[in-house]
Amino acid sequence: MAAVPASAEAAPATARKPVLLQGNEAVAEGAIAAGARFFAGYPITPSTEIAEVLSRRLPEVGGTFIQMEDEIASIAAVCGASLAGEKALTATSGPGFSLMQEMLGFATMAQIPCVVVDVMRGGPSTGLPTEPAQGDVMQARWGTHGEHSVIALVPSSVSECYGLTIEAFNLAEQYRTPVVILSDALIGHMREAVVLPDPATLRIAERGIPDCEPDEYDTVSSTLDNILPRPPLGSPFRVHVTGLVYNRRSGAPDTADPAAAADLGRYLREKIYHHRDAIVRVEEVEMDGAEVAIFAYGSVARSAMAVVKKARALGVRVGLVRPITLWPFPTAAVERMAEQVRTVIVPEMNIRQMSWEVQAAVKGRAKVVDYGRVDGKLITPDEIFELVKPEFHYHKWEDR
Amino acid sequence: MSALVDEQRLEATPTGDPKLPRIRPHTTSEIRAHLRSAKTLWCPGCSNGTITRALIDAILGLELDPEKVVVVAGIGCSGRISAYLDYSTVHTAHGRALAVATGVKAADPSLHVIVAMGDGDSSAIGGNHLIHAARRNVDVTALVFNNSIYGMTGGQMSPTTHLGDKSTTSVYGNVEPAFDLCELAHAAGATYVARGTSWGYQQLVNVLAGGIAHVGFAMVEAMAICPVYYGRFNLTADPAEFLRSQKEHAVPVDRFEEGETRVRDRYPVGLLHHREREEFVTALGYVRERVQEANRG
Repeated sequence: MAAVPASAEAAPATARKPVLLQGNEAVAEGAIAAGARFFAGYPITPSTEIAEVLSRRLPEVGGTFIQMEDEIASIAAVCGASLAGEKALTATSGPGFSLMQEMLGFATMAQIPCVVVDVMRGGPSTGLPTEPAQGDVMQARWGTHGEHSVIALVPSSVSECYGLTIEAFNLAEQYRTPVVILSDALIGHMREAVVLPDPATLRIAERGIPDCEPDEYDTVSSTLDNILPRPPLGSPFRVHVTGLVYNRRSGAPDTADPAAAADLGRYLREKIYHHRDAIVRVEEVEMDGAEVAIFAYGSVARSAMAVVKKARALGVRVGLVRPITLWPFPTAAVERMAEQVRTVIVPEMNIRQMSWEVQAAVKGRAKVVDYGRVDGKLITPDEIFELVKPEFHYHKWEDR
Repeated sequence: MSALVDEQRLEATPTGDPKLPRIRPHTTSEIRAHLRSAKTLWCPGCSNGTITRALIDAILGLELDPEKVVVVAGIGCSGRISAYLDYSTVHTAHGRALAVATGVKAADPSLHVIVAMGDGDSSAIGGNHLIHAARRNVDVTALVFNNSIYGMTGGQMSPTTHLGDKSTTSVYGNVEPAFDLCELAHAAGATYVARGTSWGYQQLVNVLAGGIAHVGFAMVEAMAICPVYYGRFNLTADPAEFLRSQKEHAVPVDRFEEGETRVRDRYPVGLLHHREREEFVTALGYVRERVQEANRG
């Protein structure tokens, strides 16, 4: 079992003083704080620093770093380590994330807790390796084949890279599922002064072992409200893990019974959606009385935040809805927003990937204005501000 | 960081053949105790059941704690072994078993990790993982069920289908030469390489036991028979005749000429290569210890 919970570790000397950290470094430190003791990965820009930091840090805390032969092997080794009881992660970017889709499906099907960090860059293919993009948000949702659900978190600051990595591990353990962190080249390479929390104050979810005898294990079954942990490989439980459709109680492959397939398929989806309210986190900024909302996530949310401040300073009612959890989609927050505002502006570094999703939830109750860039350049506050202006008959626009 | 690793220990040192364990055959009821089910989806005449039994015989003979045995399998006919064996078992994705097994072994070095793969699994889709697991010398035992064909999908050629062989995707005769899996693993750095046949049961048990006992990457190629596809297209659809052909084709390694290339109808069996070299997970452990010691000091 992994590990020393973070709370048991000595607090670093820098705790609660600001430290200058890069987004990717913060992910690595967050993983260690969460109790991750295994990383397998393959170098790829702009995620490589996560591997570099963990190759140095993991042996220090008794963990294991392996540089695998490719990204497929990386996530496969992560699945293996997690099945053997360790909290494990890998980190990659676009092309590597594409290669990982196969084993992401395996982890989903076989219910293996693990964390996959995708530091998004311009694509498709080799694309723009050193420039940020948000083109993988739909791949995170639907990249692996077949019906499934997924949890994906989007940090928009260095501090959030740290905190959301811990949360990703907690969600992975709690729901026995892979969790994707969708960072991007800007967030990953940016440096900010952050105050890391006192490790003793962190809530860390540990794996645990089912509360039953090994020979009873085949007869107990997880329910949506009680997701049992899986005992590690090499325990008296002698579990069978498979990517085939299996009987949810015994774990034995069962591809002949449509009822077993339906039961598993619905369970794998509902396991996440049933807990949507507990999983989904959204930050709302200046939404009190807002007439126009900007729906923005990740690095673009930083520009959107500047626009909200500027607009409010001018007395113009603009708010921000920033999903921190991108999947499951924050439908409830978007519906609330749709009831309140007349226009939703969706700037994103792709073309309409999330704005379609926003439109589906808004259901015509507000106008949705999309704005996309795929040139590897960050959407600036000025660009978003230009989208806000036509929404208000504000007499001072011209004097600006 | 290189100073942390003792270069000397990383040198490969060829050693003489170790004495292979000689395992007494176990009774069917002893074997059955290690199976979740004796009902399989393998075709009549398939040798996968024989190889499965040989694996259990080896595990019993070595007196391994069944709770500490983990079998990681790929996809294909051979992969199904994972559902039948009553150990901790993982039925992974096609070709990925060795990569998953590397993670398992690194996370819990106390486990005996056995990786069951087919020929396509290990040398086509999983070929990259095979050479790198061998290069790392990770302490797992790769058991390759080599039937020279993709059986589960109905008889297509694989990288071990021989030149000229027929399959449903080489109806005019295969134009590609076959991999010699043992020489491939040896060249990539495997420290224990052996081949057995489903005909030579006792030898297969012994080389499997030797591989499991070996510390480092062990590769055991079990020559399997697939009368339904490979045999029917190329040799014989009769399982007994097919098995007897293995007796004629398999040559004890000491009677195989130095430098002789294996061909379809003549291949060496027994322990082919053996050497001692620093094991991967052990080396990771040394690095971890030294880093922690240095940080304490």
